[in-house]
Amino acid sequence: MAPRVRAVTASGGSASFNGAPASQAAASVRRLTRRFGDRVVLDDLDLDIRRGEFVAMIGRSGSGKSTLLRALAGLDRDVTGSLGVAGPVAVAFQEPRLVPWQRVLANVALGLRAPEPARAAAAALDEVGLTERAAAWPLTLSGGEAQRASLARALVRSPSLLLLDEPFSALDALTRITMHRLVLTLWERHRPAVLLVTHDVDEALELADRVLVLRDGRIAHSSAISVPRPRDRDHPSLTALRLRLLTELGVPAEATA
Amino acid sequence: MGLTPLHRRKEVFVPAQPQSRQGTREAPAWRVDAAGSPAAPGAAALVPVAGAPVAPTAGYQAYGATTAGTRRFPRRAFRGNWLRLVSLVAFIGLWQLLSSTGVLPPGKLVSPATIAHTAYNLVVTSSPTYGTLQGSLLISAERWAIGLSLGVTIAVLLAIVTGLSRVAEATLDPIVQALRSIPLLGVLPLFIVWFGIGELPKDLIVLLGALFPMYVNTFAGIRGVDPKLRELGQVLGLSRRELVTRIVLPGALPMAFSGLRLSVVSSLLALVVGEQINANAGLGFMITTAQQFLENNIIMVCLIVYAILGLLADGAVRALERKTLAWRHEFVQ
Repeated sequence: MAPRVRAVTASGGSASFNGAPASQAAASVRRLTRRFGDRVVLDDLDLDIRRGEFVAMIGRSGSGKSTLLRALAGLDRDVTGSLGVAGPVAVAFQEPRLVPWQRVLANVALGLRAPEPARAAAAALDEVGLTERAAAWPLTLSGGEAQRASLARALVRSPSLLLLDEPFSALDALTRITMHRLVLTLWERHRPAVLLVTHDVDEALELADRVLVLRDGRIAHSSAISVPRPRDRDHPSLTALRLRLLTELGVPAEATA
Repeated sequence: MGLTPLHRRKEVFVPAQPQSRQGTREAPAWRVDAAGSPAAPGAAALVPVAGAPVAPTAGYQAYGATTAGTRRFPRRAFRGNWLRLVSLVAFIGLWQLLSSTGVLPPGKLVSPATIAHTAYNLVVTSSPTYGTLQGSLLISAERWAIGLSLGVTIAVLLAIVTGLSRVAEATLDPIVQALRSIPLLGVLPLFIVWFGIGELPKDLIVLLGALFPMYVNTFAGIRGVDPKLRELGQVLGLSRRELVTRIVLPGALPMAFSGLRLSVVSSLLALVVGEQINANAGLGFMITTAQQFLENNIIMVCLIVYAILGLLADGAVRALERKTLAWRHEFVQ
């Protein structure tokens, strides 16, 4: 695997994998390409995420959003181009991926290189409101609790880039609202750069500073959102942007009316 | 008839209310499963330990005990054991009846009373031919314990090596797979040539009996660990060592336990084989000797002792499994 990483940096130029980019970007992606056989999933993609910026990426299935996220997480070394990430990266997956035979606290502390991992993990659990469940087995958690544990596990690593891979898509509507608020609170407190991959336009509009539409392996559209949070769904500029994004995603306006 | 369920429901539901300390949590579906499962005693023991909320759902409380919701599990378990006992006693009673009436000739199958009498005599008196039953049992148990523990240990080590390394798998696995299909009965004469007629060949036969099921299952367990969890380990920056000790090996444990349960039984079968040739003590020796003297009652006693040994050992492994895999049982059972 190691030679592949070197191949990435060699072909890419200035930025190197896991090396700090020169600018104040939390992540910097240049000419990133990923092929699966003949299919080009990421096609010469460029992306910069500023420090502390909340970026949402939407796209249809197969648009390459998960592939990009996996590349940023270091899980896909078969990409070409260059990837630069400033500091630690943490991931919360669509399925919480808690290790079932470790109690919740141990899950959060898993692999944590800190002076007192258990204390740090307990503090993180407290932040997501799961202190009571610290000694529980993961299989006894509800879906929302499991995702909160997964968030705590990501945050306890003080990431400068937090990758969220559709972490709310499997939750019920009410739990999702709670989780959105929690994520915003945690983000405002810790200010990691966030890349949220989602297929939910409203989720992106509610949370992000910037919304990207990924299409055919490239960023087809990018919109900054300056509406202050907490946001009203019916804010005129959000309503306009929603239509625009849906059009970019190939859903005609009349279908949503 | 119509009144009884209502009456019960009322009685149960009222005291069960304070149990729902975390009333906002939804009732976990698995608790309903646990209620219907024959393995309920395990769940019952674990519920108070876990301090988990017992959410009141009419679904399982309607059939509950008369005082409190939690009493329900032990009571149900007791009824299950009682039923087992009844069926066992009925079976033995029928057998005795058929023997006493002469339907089952004693030359073919001896009666339970005769077996009990024979067992009693074998325990209280030491016969010149057989020694005592407990003496034979002790010798057999020792061979079993040595062979089983060595076999399981070797199997686990081997499975870890081949499970974690493709090179080791390619090198060692074909050999193990080839040896696996060799019948123990066929190996025994060779073992006597190689290792004499002492304890060693017998221990080795038991070892071989234990080795293969344990190896195959543990290997499959290691290879079957969820790749998503391996990926997680990568994202969390686990070292190779941490990945193995925190993710891979614990993840393989459930399969290893099924392997152990199979190994316990197959090593017991191997023990019988190992003790039938050139032994002068042990349960297998008793069987072989009794066969020569046509003493079916003694053969029956030994077979029953084997059966009890197997049951006890399986129960012990299951208890260990419940304790070790608490993360799973609390949920599943």
